[in-house]
Parts: sequence; C-alpha cells; structure tokens
Amino acid sequence: MAACSIEDLLAKAEQDEAEKLKSITVQKELDLEFDIGNLVAYDKNRIDIRQFREQKKEDFLRSLARDNTQLLVNEIWKHPTERVEEVIVVKLPEPTTPLPREKPPPKPRPPTKWEEFAKLKGIQKKKKTNLVWDDKVAKNELHRLRNIARAQKIKVPGVGLTPIAQQSKSDLARAVNVAKSSTASAGKFQDRLPKEKAPRNTGKKRKFQPVIGNFSNEKQRQLDLLKVMDSKKPRLDVNKAVNKQMREVDREEAAAKFKKGGKKGRKGGNFSGKGKGGGGKGKGKGRAGGKGQGPPSGKKGAGKPGKR
Amino acid sequence: LPWAKPKTKRAKRFLDNRASKLTENVKNAMIMKGGNTSMTVTQALKDIYALKKPSAVLYKKKNITRPFEDSTSLEFFSKKTDSSLFLFGSHNKKRPNNLIFGRLFDFHVLDMIELGIEKYNSLSDIKGSKCPEGTKPMLVFAGDAFDHENEHKRLKSLLTDFFRGPVVPSVRLAGLEHVLHFTALEGKIYMRSYRSLLKKSGCRTPRIELEEIGPSFDFILRRTHLASDDLYKTAHKQPKALKPKKKKNISHDTFGTKFGRLHMQKQDLAKLQTRKMKGLRKRRGPAAAAVVAGETSLKSTEVE
Repeated sequence: MAACSIEDLLAKAEQDEAEKLKSITVQKELDLEFDIGNLVAYDKNRIDIRQFREQKKEDFLRSLARDNTQLLVNEIWKHPTERVEEVIVVKLPEPTTPLPREKPPPKPRPPTKWEEFAKLKGIQKKKKTNLVWDDKVAKNELHRLRNIARAQKIKVPGVGLTPIAQQSKSDLARAVNVAKSSTASAGKFQDRLPKEKAPRNTGKKRKFQPVIGNFSNEKQRQLDLLKVMDSKKPRLDVNKAVNKQMREVDREEAAAKFKKGGKKGRKGGNFSGKGKGGGGKGKGKGRAGGKGQGPPSGKKGAGKPGKR
Repeated sequence: LPWAKPKTKRAKRFLDNRASKLTENVKNAMIMKGGNTSMTVTQALKDIYALKKPSAVLYKKKNITRPFEDSTSLEFFSKKTDSSLFLFGSHNKKRPNNLIFGRLFDFHVLDMIELGIEKYNSLSDIKGSKCPEGTKPMLVFAGDAFDHENEHKRLKSLLTDFFRGPVVPSVRLAGLEHVLHFTALEGKIYMRSYRSLLKKSGCRTPRIELEEIGPSFDFILRRTHLASDDLYKTAHKQPKALKPKKKKNISHDTFGTKFGRLHMQKQDLAKLQTRKMKGLRKRRGPAAAAVVAGETSLKSTEVE
C-alpha cells in the first residue's frame, strides 16, 4: 500500500513539474546550438515546406521565431546572474563564434636604441642578487669618502652621523641624540626608553632675559650697571682673586723647583738617583709647610679690601 | 592616411582609438546609396541604420561606384570613418532593390554578399512601440541551409558581425527585448524583427511572446564575393596576448583542488620555535648526576 502511494506521489510530482515547465518547453528534433556570448542561436532543423505553404507565411515564421527565442532565453537563464545597482544582470560567457577582426593585431613596439645595442653586443639583463651589509666594507667606504672630502675641502657630517666600526659609548650616545632630534618636530615627540636618561648639555648656549618681563628688575639692573661704570674703583670678584693668587703661587713654586732640580740633575749625573729622590721628598715636605702658611696670609690680605 | 603626427593629446587619443588594438572596438557600418536608388532601397537603408545605431553612419549623397568591380572608394570611406562594415543600396533594371552587405579587413574588402529585396515592410508600416536604440539584439538563424551551404555560412557570419553590437560581459535580463530572426528556405532568406515580451511562467525562466516591430525583409541571394581561404584565416588570427595569463606557483589537481607553492629561505631546524614541553628539557647539575648515577647503579646490579 505504502509503495503504491509513494509511486503515485512521485508521478504526481513529475506531473506538476511538467505542468510548470509546459509554458517554456519546446519540442525540437535537433537541439539548437548556442553562442550566448553573442546572444545567438542556430537552429539546424529542417523546415517543413508543406507546413510553411499551408499556414500563412507570417504566422509560421512568427511561431518558429517564438519557439527558437524561447529556447535561447531558456539557455540564457541557465547562466549565473548577479545584482548590480538594483538591476539583475546575467553574466555572459566569452563568445564562441569565430568572427574576423577589423584590423590586424598590433605589432610589438620597435626595440629602443639601448635594446638594439644590447642585442648587437649580446648583453643580457642581469638580476641583482640580494646584497648583505658588511661593516669592514662600510668602514673602508667611509674612510675613502672622508679622504676625498679632505682633499677637496668639502664639509663632512659630524660625529655620529657616519658609521664607524667600533663606536664608543659617548659616540653612540651622541649619534642617538642627533638621530632623535632630526625629525620634523626636532625630536620633541620622540619617546625615550624606560631607563634612558635625558641628554645633558642640551638647550640654549646663551640665555637672554625676556624682552618684556619684569620692568622693575630691568630698571634696577640698568641703574646698577651705570653705577659700576661711574665708580672710579675697580670691581673685585673674591673667588676669582683667590683662585688667581693660588695659581700664581703654584706657578712660582713649580718654576723654582724646576730650576733647582734641573741644575742638580746636570751636575750630579746618574749616581745621584737616591739623593735626588730624597732631596725631592724633603723639598716636598718643606713646600707643604710653606703651602699651609701661604693661603691664610693671602686670604687676610685679600679680605681687607673686600670689607671696605 | 598620410597625415602628420598628432600635435595635441586629444588628437593622439583619437588616433590611438582607431589604431590596431588587442580588444577591438565595435564594428562601425557605413550605409550608402549607389548611382540609382528606389524608394524601397532608400527606406530599407534608413531602417537598417535605425537598427544599427549608434555604430553606423548613413550617407545622404549618391556614390557612383560599383562595389563588385571597384572597391577603392569604399576603402577610402572606411579609412575616413573607421568603419569595417558597409551596406550599399542600389536599384537598376537588372538588379532591382539591391543591397550589398560587406565587411573589410585592414581597410580592404573581405566579403561582399548581394541580397535582393523581394518584399519589404518598413518600420513605419508596422504599428506598435519599438525597442530603444542601442539594444543588443538576440539573433536566431533557422534552416539547414545556414549549416550546409558555403555561401549561407558566410552570410550567417556576416549578418552576426553586422547586427550583434558591442561585446559585453553581462546583460540586463529585462533588457533582452529585441530579436532578429533569419530563416533560410528555398533559396530565400526571410528576416523578421520582433520585440520579445517576458511573461510569467510557473518558474524562474519567463515565457516568450513575440510582437513584430519591423522591418521585415524577404531577401533573395544574388552575387557573392567571398574572401580567399588564407585571407579569411589571417583575418581570424587572434593576438597571443589575449590568451589568459598563467599564474605562477598555482596548480590544480584532478579533483579541482587549488595548490599553491611557497618559496622559503633555509631554516635552521635545530633553532625552530616549536611548542615548549618542559618535561623534555635537559636537566642540569645534581639532578642530572643523580639520574645518571641511578641508571648506572641499576645497570651494575643487573650485570651482577
């Protein structure tokens, strides 16, 4: 029972399908050949001349055309479609009918002067292999360029900008700083490594007071300047004076030592090595004592004019 | 044509458009009248011009030439307008209402086929709305003559070339409204032009209903001048560059699986970064010595 009903179901399904497709099916002896790329259909079936004569010519031709067009459309609808800007288009394949061109295919462009020359000489195009950086070669190159620059008296970029094989810590640091500040924002937005310290000795080399700042300050400074210029007595910097005195004393002592040492050395000759050493020690002690006394006396002398 | 080198970019572009190319432009047709024409012929030429617009030029003046005898003026016109198709209409007692369809290759005549109009209904005779200009038509060739007869085969190729329009990668489904149907029967060729209406059918593919819009011709095949076989072959030569380029390092096997090939530098397999398996790591120091000692003691006991 079940088997019969299944068969019936299948038969019914087939019938329904056939009904659906009835409107678009066309019976033909020979299948048509299609060239969908050109939207062409070729119907090679023999045309029944009797039928053609019996029927009205136009009606016969029209029905034939309708059938063939239906088959062509069926074939076109088998191809993939896509939606392009709210319009459904069917993607056509390449045309299969060979049709003649209107002009011969373009000739390859004539070889250039270099290409002709290369062909004549038998030069072939060589592909450059991947180059690897070598520090020795780089150093040699750098020295060569520097020599040329020196010979032609051209300026060479400063330290850190040209690579050296063995770079010291300070060189590297300088190079890093130069590189950091050579950005469009002069290194203002370059991040530093976590433990990297800020570079020293950067900043302005001369500091000027702002043009429009503290007016009273400026007035005071200008008046002080005028006072100093007016006063007849010379200004005295205590530190400078002290340091100068110390240096003078050192220089005199050194000169004296040199004179004595020089004379002794010439007369005594080689065998007075020990004596020389002893003499030198004694002298040093003596000098130290003298030295100790020196500065206090100097200070006292200098202090008096300062108090005034 | 021996004109000077172009001086402006626009002129250069214009000449490059007309020069030989890999993928060619749509073939232009020149439609002209002969020394003597009849009303039928003039109207027919106008109608075919309407079908072939915009890639056609219609000459108004008469040209006193005979294409089958002398084709120099045709070639000159083709160079002027960059047309490789022509339609020459004439009328005389011997050949009334004559149409010569022809095509050129490299500005020299390739094929010429003469068709005589026996019956003609123009566009204006047939009432009804027409298809918009420039619609790509569907072409149908019916009748076994188009397959068996040599001249009919050439005619089929020529008519396809003439009417097919530009080659496009895709077509709007709703825009498939024009059909040109050619039937070859008893030495005559019937050309009919219909507007196709896409009606609802039960399924996705529509049902076709046709409505004649015209023009309609009953042609009779007269003289032909077909190209020699080798000229025909030369005209069909496609440039190599149009062949699809093979992509390197990609191959397909018989199942259709796509394989690619990657080229890598040499890798030191000893230093490859793979998954870490702590347990398999070499144990150093006293732990290792203990393990070794343990192993050796085992061995010695076994020996004993």
